[in-house]
Amino acid sequence: MIRALLVLFLTTLPAVAEEVVAGLSQNRISITTNFDGSEILIFGAVKREDAIVADPPLEVAIAVAGPSQPITVRRKAKRFGIWINTDAVEVDAAPSFYAVATSAPWNEVFSDVEDLRHKVSIRRAIRSVGATVEGSEAFTDALIRIREGNGLYQTNIGAVELNEQTLFSTSIRLPANLTEGEYHARFYLTRDGQVLDSHDSIIDVRKVGLERFLFRLSRDNPLVYGLMSLAIAIFAGWAASAAFRMIRT
Amino acid sequence: MQIYLPIAEVSVNAFLLLGLGGMVGILSGMFGVGGGFLMTPLLFFIGIPPAVAVATEANQIVASSFSGALAHLRRRTVDLRMGVVLLIGGLVGAALGVQIFNALKAVGQVDLLVRLCYVVFLGIIGGLMFIESVNALRKTRAGGATRKRRKHGLAHSLPFKMRFRTSGLYISVIPPVVVGVFVGILAAIMGVGGGFIMVPAMIYILGMPTKVVVGTSLFQIIFVTGFTTLLHATTNFTVDIVLAVLLLLGGVIGAQVGTQIGARMKAESLRILLAVMVLAVCGKLALDLLIEPSELYSLGRAGGH
Repeated sequence: MIRALLVLFLTTLPAVAEEVVAGLSQNRISITTNFDGSEILIFGAVKREDAIVADPPLEVAIAVAGPSQPITVRRKAKRFGIWINTDAVEVDAAPSFYAVATSAPWNEVFSDVEDLRHKVSIRRAIRSVGATVEGSEAFTDALIRIREGNGLYQTNIGAVELNEQTLFSTSIRLPANLTEGEYHARFYLTRDGQVLDSHDSIIDVRKVGLERFLFRLSRDNPLVYGLMSLAIAIFAGWAASAAFRMIRT
Repeated sequence: MQIYLPIAEVSVNAFLLLGLGGMVGILSGMFGVGGGFLMTPLLFFIGIPPAVAVATEANQIVASSFSGALAHLRRRTVDLRMGVVLLIGGLVGAALGVQIFNALKAVGQVDLLVRLCYVVFLGIIGGLMFIESVNALRKTRAGGATRKRRKHGLAHSLPFKMRFRTSGLYISVIPPVVVGVFVGILAAIMGVGGGFIMVPAMIYILGMPTKVVVGTSLFQIIFVTGFTTLLHATTNFTVDIVLAVLLLLGGVIGAQVGTQIGARMKAESLRILLAVMVLAVCGKLALDLLIEPSELYSLGRAGGH
């Protein structure tokens, strides 16, 4: 199968060194009422003109990033005997979700310079330019630590399976507490830490049905939404009272 | 069964929420309290963002207090006039409370404020109730119940006097308005109806007869929490209707079960139980403030929700 594909690639493709051809098991994720996270399968192939170069080996990295938002990270300290928030650092843009998977240990896939240029590692993907508070590094670390704990940030070293330097695949687990928006899946082919080619796909994560309706209503017509909440509450209160009066008599 | 909450943007187990609603409902039916003071901290514990928990809980209390107030209206144990006076104060208080809530959210101290309010008020109320009910239990054991003397206090000497026929009172409107404002602020900040503060205040400060206290308190709580819900929904967009429906489904059923259990228990032992529970919640929240947290950092959306 792999051989057959290889032959196909070798015979039909134009003359470019090494290119990535990518696919996703789904490019649209619907957040429904019973949404409980999702797993997306990411796969692809390398198309090339020349024979495979064995050394340095080809490596693949795949990063999926959710929409970025500014985030305030706060630190607690003991004041007057109780723990309260004292310092805060504003992180200008932190992806709401970020997963990066590689086919080999990090330093074999990306050199520092390439990582800085393409912003692939989690630390590079978070942008905090204006952070002037002393030790703002600790705040970024905390942001990553907390989100890793929630499954929102993942670094999966060696999770990309690469066959014959041509076919690759990995799966990424999206947790249940997803924010909606456009998720960017980026693919990188590297050799010796240098990026040869990259590719970008978009996964659309959307609330659908009732979720979408309620969320939009709460933002577009907050007064109507509030009144609706009240009406439901009043009705439920009346119904409970009426139902139990009926049971008793 | 997991349910994705559209506003809180977290996925939680629907049966957990129904169970929580039911449990708190049973307690509120047994003790005649709204249960918001128990539910809001429980929602924090299961990972609902505090701002959403507070706003949504206000919406749920509308349902439970409406259900309760209907029963009291039928029994004619609601002082509507007093209710309206308290309500005027309550609405002003709720508007103030939401403003305070937003201001503190901007500086990142809303969590602290909510927790401090809980610790202070639950501590005071729980402590007083515990002492009072232990004393009452002792007295009934010793035999010969003593009646409280009707005090002729502040409420009688201030101006703007008004007659409250159902309560059999002729007092100034200033104390009830002040009590209303105070409870309104708490309702907005803590996500509670404020019954646990309103009821003692009506008995001890205003001198209202016990039989109309609960109904009147419930009557005005409907409007104050309703107003709070609207304010939170329009300024913070933090009312989660799906969460509210799940909680109130469990809540209304639990409340009716609780009423049945409560009817079979002695009033004094009920009050001691409630006091112990209030103190337990207070203790847990106090420990969280005093013990060094395992995670010193927390994340918040920049520039509000």
